[in-house]
Amino acid sequence: MLNRLTAPLAALSLLALSAGGAFAGSHEMKLEGDLKIFSDMSNPAPRAVMEGMVERFEQMHPDLDVELTVIDREAYKTQIRNFLSANPPDVANWYAGNRMAPYVDAGLFMDVSDLWDDEMSAQLASTKGAMTMDGKQYGVPYTYYQWGVYYRKDLYDQYGLDEPQDWESFKANCQTLLDNGVKCFTIGTKFLWTAGGWFDYLNLRTNGFDYHMKLTAGEVAWTDEGVRQTFANWRELIDMGAFIDNHTAYSWQEALPFMVNGEAAAYLMGNFAVAPLREAGLTDEQLDYYQFPAINPDVELAEDAPTDTFHIPSGAQNPEAAKAFLKFVTSAENQTMINAGDALGQLPVNAESSVDEDKFLKEGFTTLSENSPGGVAQFFDRDAPAEMAKVAMEGFQEFMVRPDNLDQILQRLQKAAERIYE
Amino acid sequence: MTQATLPDTHPGRGRSWWRRNQIGITPWLFLAPGIAFFALYVIFPIFQSFDVSLHAWDGLGEPRYIGMENYAELAEDPAFYTSLRNNVIWLLLYLLAIPAGLFIALFLNQTVTGIRLYKSLFFFPFVISQVVVGLVFTWFYDPTFGLLNIVLGWVGLGPVNVLGDPAYVTYGIIAAGLWPQTAYCMILYLTGLNAVNPEQIEAGRLDGAKGWRMLWHVVLPQLRPATFIAFVVTIIGALRSFDLISIMTNGGPFGESRVLSFYMFEVALSEYGFRMGYGAAIAVVLFVIMLLFIAYFLWSMYREERDR
Repeated sequence: MLNRLTAPLAALSLLALSAGGAFAGSHEMKLEGDLKIFSDMSNPAPRAVMEGMVERFEQMHPDLDVELTVIDREAYKTQIRNFLSANPPDVANWYAGNRMAPYVDAGLFMDVSDLWDDEMSAQLASTKGAMTMDGKQYGVPYTYYQWGVYYRKDLYDQYGLDEPQDWESFKANCQTLLDNGVKCFTIGTKFLWTAGGWFDYLNLRTNGFDYHMKLTAGEVAWTDEGVRQTFANWRELIDMGAFIDNHTAYSWQEALPFMVNGEAAAYLMGNFAVAPLREAGLTDEQLDYYQFPAINPDVELAEDAPTDTFHIPSGAQNPEAAKAFLKFVTSAENQTMINAGDALGQLPVNAESSVDEDKFLKEGFTTLSENSPGGVAQFFDRDAPAEMAKVAMEGFQEFMVRPDNLDQILQRLQKAAERIYE
Repeated sequence: MTQATLPDTHPGRGRSWWRRNQIGITPWLFLAPGIAFFALYVIFPIFQSFDVSLHAWDGLGEPRYIGMENYAELAEDPAFYTSLRNNVIWLLLYLLAIPAGLFIALFLNQTVTGIRLYKSLFFFPFVISQVVVGLVFTWFYDPTFGLLNIVLGWVGLGPVNVLGDPAYVTYGIIAAGLWPQTAYCMILYLTGLNAVNPEQIEAGRLDGAKGWRMLWHVVLPQLRPATFIAFVVTIIGALRSFDLISIMTNGGPFGESRVLSFYMFEVALSEYGFRMGYGAAIAVVLFVIMLLFIAYFLWSMYREERDR
């Protein structure tokens, strides 16, 4: 069935780019009935992208009635638990990595390994691992984005600083900024996960990708010497006063003005921070990006690149159409289109897609495809089980305020880990 | 009465049984829908959540019976004690709304031009949604741009990071909660003051009572019903202090502003929570605490009825 599907679809997606709706009869596989999609792409730009995809898919399959329900992104995270078991749609958004584990374990996501033929596996190689559990794939990716240090180039130029190449120059840059009354980094830890980003990078650079993955999988103890080394590196920055004061009171958006006003010079963040920074008036001359530099030269660089995905719930009524939709979503043309600068403004997962001309997207693409030999992590709260992530990120926040409590924090995390991973 | 079990075998007798018991049964029939739904949506879930609290359950898979393990873990959970401590602080400090409301009510209980406008302005915070109250106070407390720290700066103090500092955060949220709660108590007392008997005031005045003595010995005893209601709504308000915490701090920094209801939500229902059993165990503890208050209220109401 799949081979029958692939050929016409590939032809179709090409057609969809060029013409209107005259190609409905050109494929042998007719999709009929209803296709119910629940999506969490509720912000304006993602919403338009989702609606555009549905429209194009409907044009390809005129007999198919696609019913799209967009749910607020935050509310979706709790609602998915209910609708997957009570009222499952045919297609649902979610995240890659450990975040999908509870649903896979409970048998609520359908095994879609048959979609992942050799062609798709080659095109989506970078995230195949994050979609795989026990050797089977449970969804497809549609976008991801890089993390890294976004900084005020004009401030760096003013104080004669260059993008740091290693940990020493990273700290030296910071010291210069502090001497001039500018904080090195803005951050808002009210919702905890921003601190998770710092831990990810410090741990990936100190102990490497494999160690980091073992830690989030519960195979390394939180009281391990390696973890302590990560926190020791972190503490160097905290003791310098590198981060803005009172970060516990701010969300990540509320921390942006410090960078816009020039009170802080940089932000370790995902690429989604670029849009609000530009809206706040920073030009591309003022704003730039660098990859988090190496700390331990013996470990390979690895990056965070959270991947957003589509899945088919096990209770789907129209799995055939759902699989066709997933296939359509992953096509190179579609991924180029939806990740363009005027759409999602993120990176396509499909290796054959082209990246938008945007300078941050291009740098991010290079970072992920060439300068991340260690591997690509999802993000702390997607790699670690949700419960562990919550306890740990709370610990990170506490550490940033009271670094002296480290022993107590690590013991608490270890105790939680022993219960959670059993 | 033996026929009562077989009412429809002899229609004639059945009717007479109905006639005989009509008066006794009718109230129960009218109450039946209420009782049924109360049992289904209130009583039954109480036992259900106690049952869930004996299991390890992620809300998706099969629940696994683990006995009292959830409670044993709760007993050693520092986050639980932090929440419990905060609950106590909330209960105590929230009661400040009662005297504050009383004094605003006494102050506003006079006839000057435009008093209705002033009364409604004082009542205004209670009309606004708790979410808005939370947001307004969050901005007010903002360590960099907030009004509080600007004002503190004028007198050479601060900046104080109220919502980001574990030492102040709970008090900061309670202060925000007191704003609407005081207005609520005020309106209760204003209506109560309308019912104060002017003759007793007159009599008190003739006997030379004024000021505090008048308030304490003549006015307050007559306000007892209002005080009782104010006490009840304030205690309940303190125990369900969920929305302000969720809006203002999300339980942070590092869980220092959590109360039991928020911790329960976080553990069982939030983005990172998958532990229905543990959440249910917290709910049971919270239920027991509430039960103490409810029992006290019921008892004192019963006593009052009896005295009458």
